[in-house]
Amino acid sequence: MTDDELKKVSLHDFHVQAGARMVPFAGYSMPVKYTKIKDEHLAVREGAGLFDVSHMGQVEVRGPGAIEAVNRLITNDMKRLVDGKALYTMMCNEDGGIVDDLVIYRLAKDHILLCVNAANRHRDLSHIETCLRGDAAVGDISDNTVQLALQGPKAESILAELTDVDLGSVKFFRSVSGKVAGVETLIARTGYTGEDGFELYLPVEGGDAVFGALLDYQDRGLTLCGLGCRDTLRLEAGLMLHGQDIDENTNPLEAGLGWVVKFDLKGDFVGREALERIKKKGVQRRFRGMVLEGRGVLRPGYPIELDGAPIGELTSGSYSPTLEASIGLGYIDKGYEEVENVEIQIRGRSVAARIVDPPFYKRSR
Amino acid sequence: MDTPEDFRFSRDHEWAHDEGDGTVTMGISYHAQDALGDIVFVELPAEGDEFQKGDDLGVVESVKTVSDIYAPVSGEIVAINDELEDAPELVNESPYDTGWIVRIRMSNPDELEELMNAEGYESFLHDGE
Repeated sequence: MTDDELKKVSLHDFHVQAGARMVPFAGYSMPVKYTKIKDEHLAVREGAGLFDVSHMGQVEVRGPGAIEAVNRLITNDMKRLVDGKALYTMMCNEDGGIVDDLVIYRLAKDHILLCVNAANRHRDLSHIETCLRGDAAVGDISDNTVQLALQGPKAESILAELTDVDLGSVKFFRSVSGKVAGVETLIARTGYTGEDGFELYLPVEGGDAVFGALLDYQDRGLTLCGLGCRDTLRLEAGLMLHGQDIDENTNPLEAGLGWVVKFDLKGDFVGREALERIKKKGVQRRFRGMVLEGRGVLRPGYPIELDGAPIGELTSGSYSPTLEASIGLGYIDKGYEEVENVEIQIRGRSVAARIVDPPFYKRSR
Repeated sequence: MDTPEDFRFSRDHEWAHDEGDGTVTMGISYHAQDALGDIVFVELPAEGDEFQKGDDLGVVESVKTVSDIYAPVSGEIVAINDELEDAPELVNESPYDTGWIVRIRMSNPDELEELMNAEGYESFLHDGE
């Protein structure tokens, strides 16, 4: 794909003007960084980072049967969600493979918002349209929606100056509608960084006003952040990246995502039969975290070995600015659950790594 | 940043500086380190290793990506910048000085002339790679 064929987000010119390095990502030209990935990363951990994540897909399901319909598509259980609550879930195919991981917001009993991965948007839509049952209609509002993420310990105090909404009452994984810088916005306490913070969903026409108003806080603890540090932040927080850590050939049980598969609480859902079979039989591999003890940087695709024999493969890996070490995520074959020390093959070198359970970083509350 | 006048450059963005004793010091250009971003690891060869021009002699890793370092000339490694083991960021901070990578005793000094001079490298960058 040439640069000309890449889609531009509505705030594209802001990013270019701010000095962003733009890179192709999921068919969009997106800012990977404005200054340095490390600095932007630490700004989110210590202050507040502002990300334009408008490449993400937003899909609405509306109608009296919306909750029933969505619940049949996902592994988690929507039934217990009240208006204004959100949940993280997998959407599986009939084989139990993960079509996408997504955050679902119940806005009203007949209005649900799904936030899906940019790269999966069209695949998700066709999957949803194929599997949707009952009195509900699906609509893709991605092209009309700006999605911003304001993340970090200072996110609340900055956002509070731009809205009358009582942010203290918006707890983690809750959302509320209100005006931000005069623009009607869905304010959600969600994110992909392991920090406290908000994601804002608003119509494209309001993007300049809200983004511009937030940019004014750059002299008061707000840092403009690109997708580069979004990846290192989510990795430290042990959060999955679909297309890398999980995909349609991965099931939620082996990925350590059994906590979002609610066999006992709900009836039929797409993939249930296959997942029950997998659960009965036992998973063939397990998702774990790794901290490199020797020199180098973990990267996706590197083999994990024990005494020279392959026992798994990394799916994510990078340098962790918070830990000042290299960390990775990957799958280790059945039978090696108790192993604590492994070697990673890095371009012909065998480097020691320690197995840990993600997350690598947990914010203090 | 100004491209230093007396340095030579490869199309892979390595620089080589003639030390006048049959050796060159080499590193990666300002442009290369800028494109890579925060460098967090440099894999160095060992003293005594021999390389042909264009061989990969090491690796630089930034937060985001991995990039090979290619030998700008053929020869034997006579010194490595082992400060990079603890301070890989020197390659970002001072690519033409304290961020040097290795010193090579040239087996074919004519190869140095095949590299671009500063002016040639700047127009190479300007015209796009």
